Amino acid sequence: MTKTTPFSIKRRTFIAGSGAAALAAGVTGFPAVLRAQAPDPVRIGLVHPVTGFIAFSGTQCRAGAEMAIADINAAGGIQSLGGAQLEAMLADSQGRPELGASETARLIEGGAAGIVAGFSSAISLATTQEAAKTNTPHVVDVGVADDIVNRGLTNTFRFAPGYGAVAQSAVARLDEINKAANSPAKTAVIIHEESLFGTGTANLMSEELPKIGIEVLSVIRHANPTRDFTNIALQLRSLQPDLIIPANYYNEYVLLARTLRQQRIEAKGIYSVLGGAASNVQFVQEFPEAAEFIMDCNHWYDPNSEVALQRRAAAEAKNLFYTYEVFCAYNAVAFLADAIERAGSTEKEAVIEALNGSTWDNHGMPYGPTEIVNGQNQGAQAVNTQVQNGKIEVVLPAEFASAEAVFPMPSAG
Amino acid sequence: MVDPVILIPSLINGLTTGALYALVALGLTLIYGVLHIINFAHGALLMLALFGVFFLNQIFGIDPYWALLIVPPAMFVIGYGLQRGIIGKASHGRDENILLVTLGLSIIIENMSLYFFRSDTRTVDTPYSFEVVEFAGAFLPLPKVIAFFGALITAGLLWAFMSKTDLGRAIRALAKERKGARLVGINVDHVFAMSFGIGIGCLGVAACLLMPSYYVNPQVGYGFVLIAFTTVVLGGMGSFVGAMIGGLIIGVVEAMGGLFLGDSLGQFGIFAIFILILLFRPTGLLGHKA
Repeated sequence: MTKTTPFSIKRRTFIAGSGAAALAAGVTGFPAVLRAQAPDPVRIGLVHPVTGFIAFSGTQCRAGAEMAIADINAAGGIQSLGGAQLEAMLADSQGRPELGASETARLIEGGAAGIVAGFSSAISLATTQEAAKTNTPHVVDVGVADDIVNRGLTNTFRFAPGYGAVAQSAVARLDEINKAANSPAKTAVIIHEESLFGTGTANLMSEELPKIGIEVLSVIRHANPTRDFTNIALQLRSLQPDLIIPANYYNEYVLLARTLRQQRIEAKGIYSVLGGAASNVQFVQEFPEAAEFIMDCNHWYDPNSEVALQRRAAAEAKNLFYTYEVFCAYNAVAFLADAIERAGSTEKEAVIEALNGSTWDNHGMPYGPTEIVNGQNQGAQAVNTQVQNGKIEVVLPAEFASAEAVFPMPSAG
Repeated sequence: MVDPVILIPSLINGLTTGALYALVALGLTLIYGVLHIINFAHGALLMLALFGVFFLNQIFGIDPYWALLIVPPAMFVIGYGLQRGIIGKASHGRDENILLVTLGLSIIIENMSLYFFRSDTRTVDTPYSFEVVEFAGAFLPLPKVIAFFGALITAGLLWAFMSKTDLGRAIRALAKERKGARLVGINVDHVFAMSFGIGIGCLGVAACLLMPSYYVNPQVGYGFVLIAFTTVVLGGMGSFVGAMIGGLIIGVVEAMGGLFLGDSLGQFGIFAIFILILLFRPTGLLGHKA
């Protein structure tokens, strides 16, 4: 005889009951759980030089890219993928192209749906080439060398302008500024860092400047890092150019500007092209006197755009200097995310097709809607800025200008 | 063609830059030249000292030159502690271990700086940052002139310390014959740590004199450490006067190289000298045979 209690359950009863419960759950409850399950995250690989000689710029890029990911996720993620959240996969190129390439390969193997990289031109050349092996969509954030998009890599896109377009704008606007002041500038010296970005920019400028009647007296190349710019300042004193045209990274730009001031070197204008510090809020805040009246043809946001101003305020609320690296990387991620949204898929071919057909305009840049030809955004352009009263003002093109150019620059006295 | 008018100013500028290199190399010549410790963390510790000067200025408003009273003693304590607590214990007296331990230390210090201070480049703005002294047609930045004389004084003090004090004599004894020094009652571990501490303290002096004309970020040490090793080899291992002369020569060679070969190739001359010294005078200019 089996002894039972009111709460005892026989083995056979338990199994039968469990089966029924499981069946009931299968019919009713479980699908509800499946419906509530979050979609797989979309992984975006971010490859930046967060250590090494250009770590400042790399860190700024990473911060901008992460801000974009946070904003997109906060706005509901990728709607066409059921609200899939973006997930950053971080990598450090250490400022070395070969490491950038190997890190890109690692992120792609780890499931990155797209890559945003790599700040410097040399690194971007390597990361895009690596991503091309698997046809993984790759958006270059800052790298300006024209070869990045001129090699026929179908996976490679650039939202911002290349140095060919920047140099042409820089020369055309310099001509405009110079002529407006009765052409006081007739000679120039170009000072550039020795990597692909500086050398390429300097070559283009030295070809284009004579066409607007400005003789290039000398093209001076320097290493990264350079500890002392006095020699270069002495050469400038000897050559006495009307214009000094630097194209270098932040640290060297700061030292150069300080040395020019210490050595009492004066010119009618300091006109940077993609200058590492001239459009940098940190430089202007720390050295307002050395920065005053320096002009730069560089990446910059539309000062009349609400979107841009809100993003700047959000970045500054995080104690971030709102440098061009931040908004270029932000927009590179947002440009890629927009393509994934429209593709409704993370399939590489679908995303690439969506990037090619992009007409995205929520970027706050003076570009207009995106129009991609051979991977390059055709509307992308640099603007001319000038430091005036400790503020970075846009002086050209006129439709985006917040102030008029001051040229020749007044003597420091 | 180089304008002869800028030759003399460039030469003088090379001397002032060379004095900065000598300052960084003075500590190294004690550590590397006397104790034969290849301190790969030298650049990272210089960076730490520069950050110290920077934060003292930003938080407490202390002028970099007043920081001479704080940063060098603090760096001495850090150096002493590192040698006594980490390098000495982890290396077990083997040179190859010391090399790896200091390399590891440099990676840790740099990455921690990157984490805590971020990669921003920082500078200090002082009332004299843009002051210049006119000399022989050259505009010499006042901070570099001060650094030049600071380097001379530091080299002189170190020379006097090593030759006139008991501790200096103990350090030299240790460098020549470690076992013998122990036998005559010298506390080897303590003297080792004192030497390392003094060497790192010199970096504190260098940081205070460098900061008004330079910048700091977590990578700043790289630019100096290779030059410092070259200076020590050129001047002669363990010779403070040699380090001073070596630094000045390197500064001038770099300046002249930059002028005649272009700034991108300015360092070519430095390393050409390095190789020539190793080939024809391996003991350096003022060094002695081991």
